[in-house]
Amino acid sequence: MSTLCEASPAASTTSVAARKATYVVFSGDLDRQLMAFTLATAAAASGMQVTMFFTFWGVSVLRTPRRAKGKSLVERMFGWMIPSGPRALALSKLQFAGVGRWMMRRRMKQVGIASLDQLIETAEALGVRLLICDASMKLLGLRAEELRPSVQVAGAAGCVASTCDADVAMVI
Amino acid sequence: MPIVQISLALRELGIGDELLVEASDEAFLADVEAWAQMTGNELVELVDGEVKRATVRKTR
Repeated sequence: MSTLCEASPAASTTSVAARKATYVVFSGDLDRQLMAFTLATAAAASGMQVTMFFTFWGVSVLRTPRRAKGKSLVERMFGWMIPSGPRALALSKLQFAGVGRWMMRRRMKQVGIASLDQLIETAEALGVRLLICDASMKLLGLRAEELRPSVQVAGAAGCVASTCDADVAMVI
Repeated sequence: MPIVQISLALRELGIGDELLVEASDEAFLADVEAWAQMTGNELVELVDGEVKRATVRKTR
């Protein structure tokens, strides 16, 4: 094991530092978001430079309880209809009107798996870049001040640039 | 996740410092090996068992 690390420390140092991962998060399902943040934190902990680009239903996870003033009726309606924050997301399967989610959370705690809230905080602590799709924000009537402070607004071109540049890119 | 905790803990340490990690995850030994390979940090020792142990030396 140690030989592996000692073989070419200089070379591995430079290549590791340059590795990048980009996760495009489209889904607002709790299970998919858990997977996205688990991969993102593992990649960041492994020394990769990680970007998560949230689009469409994926943006819900970035919402906070803050609500901006001066929104249109349609924008406010979207705000009521889409989940607000990590704890409001539903499972893609076995949701059973919230019972499934409750059981899943309990089980995760029992077996020592981090909650989505914890994973997001860890991702932020590890320096994972959280980008939100500008067009999705407009569509769903979200304002920057309603989101987690660590989130940056980006456009499709920013997403393309980030995926082009990445050694690993996936859509979740 | 153990490797995430290792990575956060290493921030507080200096180059050459060692960290002893204990975990019960079935995948821990495989994960910590993959992590060391990715990050270039050195694995000093791995011990299998009900509680798995890894000693990691910070090299960068």
